[in-house]
Amino acid sequence: MRRDAAVLFGQLGVDLDPDRPARGLSIADQQIVEIAKALSTDARVIVMDEPTAALSASESERLLDVARRLRDGGAAVVFVSHRLDEVFALCDRLTVMRDGATVRTCPVAGTDAGEVVRWMVGRELTDLFPKTGTTPGDVVLRVRGLTTDGVFDDVSFDVRAGEIVAFAGLVGSGRSEVVRAVFGIDRYDSGSVEVLGSPLPPADPRAALARGVALVPEDRRQQGLFMPASVARNTAVVVLSRLARRGVVRERAERELAAHWAQRLQLRHGGLDQPVERLSGGNQQKVVLAKWLATDPRLLVVDEPTRGIDVGTKAEVHRLLSEQAGRGLAVLMVSSELPEVLGMADRVLVMREGRLMATLDRGEATQERVMLAATGQASVAGEGSAA
Amino acid sequence: MNGGLRRVLAGREAPVAGALVVVLAVTTAVNPRFLSDQGRFDLLVAIAITGLMAVGQTFVLVMRHVDLSVGSVLGLSAFMAGSAVRGDTGGSLLVALLVGVVVGVVAGLVNGALVAFLRLPALVVTLGTLYVFQGVQALLTGGTRINADQLPASVVSFGVTGFLGVPWLMWVCLLAAAVGGVFLRTRRSGRDLYAVGSNPPAAELVGIPVARRTLLAYMVSGACAGGAGVLFLARFGGVDSNAGIGYELPVVAACVVGGVDIFGGSGTVLGALLGAMLLKTMGVSLSALSVPEFWQQAINGLLLLVAITADRIVLLRRERSARVEAARHRREHAGAVPDPPRDGADRAGHEGATTTEVVR
Amino acid sequence: MSRVLSWDRSVFVLLVVTVAVGAVIDPDFAGGSNLGFVLQDIGEIMLIALPMTFLIMTGEIDLSVASTAALAGCVLGWAWQASGSMAVAVLAAVGTGVVCGAVNGFLVTRLGLGSLAVTIGTLGLYRGLCYALLGDTTVADFPAGWTNLGFSSIPGTPLPYVTPLLVVLAVAFGVVLHLTRTGRWVFAVGQSVEAARFAGIPVARLKFRLFVVTGAVAGLAGIVYDLRFASARPDGALGFELAVIASVLFGGVSIFGGVGTMWGVVSAVLFLGSVRSLLQLQGVPGNALTIITGGLLLASVVIPVVAQRWSAFRERRSRVLAAATP
Repeated sequence: MRRDAAVLFGQLGVDLDPDRPARGLSIADQQIVEIAKALSTDARVIVMDEPTAALSASESERLLDVARRLRDGGAAVVFVSHRLDEVFALCDRLTVMRDGATVRTCPVAGTDAGEVVRWMVGRELTDLFPKTGTTPGDVVLRVRGLTTDGVFDDVSFDVRAGEIVAFAGLVGSGRSEVVRAVFGIDRYDSGSVEVLGSPLPPADPRAALARGVALVPEDRRQQGLFMPASVARNTAVVVLSRLARRGVVRERAERELAAHWAQRLQLRHGGLDQPVERLSGGNQQKVVLAKWLATDPRLLVVDEPTRGIDVGTKAEVHRLLSEQAGRGLAVLMVSSELPEVLGMADRVLVMREGRLMATLDRGEATQERVMLAATGQASVAGEGSAA
Repeated sequence: MNGGLRRVLAGREAPVAGALVVVLAVTTAVNPRFLSDQGRFDLLVAIAITGLMAVGQTFVLVMRHVDLSVGSVLGLSAFMAGSAVRGDTGGSLLVALLVGVVVGVVAGLVNGALVAFLRLPALVVTLGTLYVFQGVQALLTGGTRINADQLPASVVSFGVTGFLGVPWLMWVCLLAAAVGGVFLRTRRSGRDLYAVGSNPPAAELVGIPVARRTLLAYMVSGACAGGAGVLFLARFGGVDSNAGIGYELPVVAACVVGGVDIFGGSGTVLGALLGAMLLKTMGVSLSALSVPEFWQQAINGLLLLVAITADRIVLLRRERSARVEAARHRREHAGAVPDPPRDGADRAGHEGATTTEVVR
Repeated sequence: MSRVLSWDRSVFVLLVVTVAVGAVIDPDFAGGSNLGFVLQDIGEIMLIALPMTFLIMTGEIDLSVASTAALAGCVLGWAWQASGSMAVAVLAAVGTGVVCGAVNGFLVTRLGLGSLAVTIGTLGLYRGLCYALLGDTTVADFPAGWTNLGFSSIPGTPLPYVTPLLVVLAVAFGVVLHLTRTGRWVFAVGQSVEAARFAGIPVARLKFRLFVVTGAVAGLAGIVYDLRFASARPDGALGFELAVIASVLFGGVSIFGGVGTMWGVVSAVLFLGSVRSLLQLQGVPGNALTIITGGLLLASVVIPVVAQRWSAFRERRSRVLAAATP
């Protein structure tokens, strides 16, 4: 069995020890193990559901290669993806679905990204990434020498009021881990975090909250929301103390707060008592944003704020973030979507293998420079250019 | 071979076996009669029932489920088996075993069907059937009991005799452990149980028939508990309506001490059996050491806590070292790219970043 | 299940129906003395069920409660004999419960161990300590003034003295669960521990406190138990842990956490007590009554699932039919 596994890994062009527990592997390697598992059963039809959602460009490229090889070997591959560039790079035919119904099926050769996007949203899209011109204010977040052994190493940066700073880099490069440590979800081994000039105690999200730090987490369903709970309860959960009188939560205040934010973010919902699990992904993300904006933060950290949401809501989220930054909020954004990073950020921090490789101003940041820093390989720069 | 040895020593069974040896050695040193022929025989008889149930429970626990109904199944099966061979029915040991196991399998089917097909939480289901089976047994017995003089000689002697110095009861337990252990380790469907336990949705996605495997695990657990009922009948030469009450948690405890993860995905039949042996031996050796027997429960509880704490510490260490090792591996991989030299590149890039920061 | 007939409401309706039916078919059942007997019979279960509801709502469990109650009961007897003061003894007993709960809480929240495994361990440990403390003896010389609290009723009423304690604690736990921030936190943690951490809820501290409160209330239940039987015994409250958990689950609390109501649990305990009493009066043997407990517990999980599947099936069918007839 061990030998079979090694042979499969060889076919996939990866070097993995079959005895290792899957737990410690990078997401990309776990994905490969997953595919090896499918191959081990000599599958003739392979369905890949968002296989690259958590992968970086070069890792995705490796996966696309594997998919092509499977196809050439005579297997049928169904590839479900949000990433249009991958669809155009890999697929022979595509089917667009919207609201549970098929919109169109056609050969990939006969269409282009613009047309597909129009089918997806059912309307024309104009301004996807609103540009902002802001003058940065005081330093809100100051991170120095932040280190967790084996995860990230000696990370230092500042975020100023009114500024959107983006964390770019490959998945697994330690971006999410850094922001988790800053907010206090995880412990770090050494370094310091300062908010508005005074140090933030480590591993204490409550202290971070009290100091005006908010974190919109990477995984909306697991980390951002209480899925069976209502829109109102989710919106109010972080600010309960403010809504309580002698420990008793005032329901009316809770509903007023939720209604206010629902209106402000143009939340499409079926009543404030509706469980958030019944909302669409984009509207769920709006609830998460409402929940954190309700804390009236000084620093908003957003981790993959538009992952897996529809194009229309994506634009709304971008507009909201720029607007908030325009009012003096400091925004730190982790994103794997290069166009989003380049379109939104005043400054781009690029991480690779747990280290900060470059800090690029808006003027300096181009796809090539970011990719170069993120991969450390000149040959891959320029790849991963999105639609 | 060397790797095989290392795997055995690194496994979860070795420390439990070690602890067992220490307990045996210390007790024998203090009280040489402890491991006399009779002493050893009594000890093994005491282990057999819990051991057999622990073997069955392992199947359920590795799937991230639990079977709390085993004590009630034992009581029910002991009574049904006893009734089937009682008095002038002309029944024999074989009939008793058959009836006991069938009762257990049926009980397992009920549990398994509720958990597998209705996808109900195992804890709730088997807590419910614990009470139901207990009540059924109480209704059937109506407060009566079955005594040794009502049982055929073959059943009674089965409880007190042995083969090669090992009681028959223990042979049953060992046979079940061997079959169960080989099945879980080598059979594809056995492996499936671990896959389901460590990640149920993923197991479903790779096409493992999760419901059927769940049903199987509960039938095995039921069969073992049913068999244990017959062992109970033979060992005590009878049964009353209190048989098996309160057995469920010690059985789970034995498995956990033996390294079966209560959150599923890992653990072996051998470990569970060793866990049962350790807990039971501890109890018997306390009386051999003239320590009041009531310390047994406290020590067993403590042992369980020590076992899970140690497991936890080992896991945390391993995860941490895996993390560090993975990072080093990644860095070395990155270093394989010819230009620029790894260390310098990282330094330079990093310092560049800080410089930019400071300039701003 | 529809909004109108949620599980906790169904349990309450069942309780009312049972009491009504019982009153019609058996005059003894509705009699005052039987009411008092039922309340006394369920006293300890009800007490422990209150904090257990909180624990299960957060996705944890405590199987050591019966052993904790027994240990507190033994400490009550031991401290009474040692000090000659019941006040000291009561404090020592409740303190014992607090310590037992704190040990569970420490192992679960600090060391990150699973509460099921931990409390199976402490179940044995605490029960063993009962025997270590009292051996095979019992303490039966509590002052009569105290034991009267245990088995006589409040003058002029058929209600046992434990009634006000039950009412006050049930209301207090209900208010905390449903109206306060702590209660919201309990729901949130049960629905997603991870999201709770990201929302700044002090998950570990909350759970630790819940274990401590559970231990304290179990200690209280141990005192009630001792006074009811006018003795402290190392084998007291044996097997109560599963009865408590069965009641909580039957009351509509999800074993996965995040779902449940306090009045559902209170109704469940009262309902189970009433059914047992009614059947006992009809001459059903005591041991067989466990069928009712188990059957109802199974029903509480089977019925919602079947109902949900049925309504999902109907919804799908009506949608298909609607699509077929434009």
